Amino acid sequence: MTPSSWPCPLPGGGTREEFAIQFDAGREARLLIVPALFDEGNRMRRFTVEVMRRLDAAGVDSFLPDLPGCNESLQPLEAQDPTDWLDAMTAAARYFGANHALGIRGGCLFTPQRLPAFHYAPVKAAAILRQMLRGRILSAREAGREETREKLAQDALEHGITLAGYDLGADFYRHFEPMTASAEAVAIAQEHVGGSGLWLRAEPDENAAQAGALAAILAGELPA
Amino acid sequence: MSEDTDLLLRRILTDMLGLKPGQADAFDADTGLFGHLPELDSMAVAGLLTELEDRLDIIIDDDEIDGEMLETYGGLLAFAEAKRGS
Repeated sequence: MTPSSWPCPLPGGGTREEFAIQFDAGREARLLIVPALFDEGNRMRRFTVEVMRRLDAAGVDSFLPDLPGCNESLQPLEAQDPTDWLDAMTAAARYFGANHALGIRGGCLFTPQRLPAFHYAPVKAAAILRQMLRGRILSAREAGREETREKLAQDALEHGITLAGYDLGADFYRHFEPMTASAEAVAIAQEHVGGSGLWLRAEPDENAAQAGALAAILAGELPA
Repeated sequence: MSEDTDLLLRRILTDMLGLKPGQADAFDADTGLFGHLPELDSMAVAGLLTELEDRLDIIIDDDEIDGEMLETYGGLLAFAEAKRGS
């Protein structure tokens, strides 16, 4: 596993270096991985890297770039737009010479269009927002404040909103909400990986059997 | 029906809390949840309710959610059973 970086295009022109993790031995199969989003991204990160380790052992190169504004990125999250994320992942795929892509959960919404893609447990943007809004309503209630979904959604569209500690801009919220994963990708459902998805865990967790199963499914579909 | 809901609820909590098989069998009506288990914060509870909706095929309105139903296993089970029956 090697820490790396890649030039991420900025909406106004120019580029900025963003972090990535890579396993690159110049092999035929080169997989770009778009990570799960927001709090799920934290819960799934260790699993994702474990899948990469197993892909490496199976002869597959893989690359896990940061989405701008997430993980190690120094760009402000509230200034991002879903189009920027799509452009960023397309640029990362080109820079790393990826020939396939894997999306994990919400990451499935941002796999580059020009690459054949696998989608692990894809989720709609609306479902991600719905759960994050519910989390915010619950924590407000715990603090003795009453917030409603309608009011929060309206505020989000007008001024942006902070959900689970993530600052989402109004444009981001508006453009993200209707997004669904491409139907052309090969979907990998949790039942094929076995057990229950690690994004459900209240705390980040790992599962060697699941990481092995997902890596085996991918390695079986990718060129040797 | 009631037994199914009980079983499903224990399975969801097992998946969320990363419990070993059988560990959730020890939950009884008074077992504390929200406010008792540090890992069950508001985002985790939001996830729990979403899983309940998906697996029990119910819709939970935000104003139906109160502290009492989330505080104990018994409270949550009673809520889920009532939702399923209605």
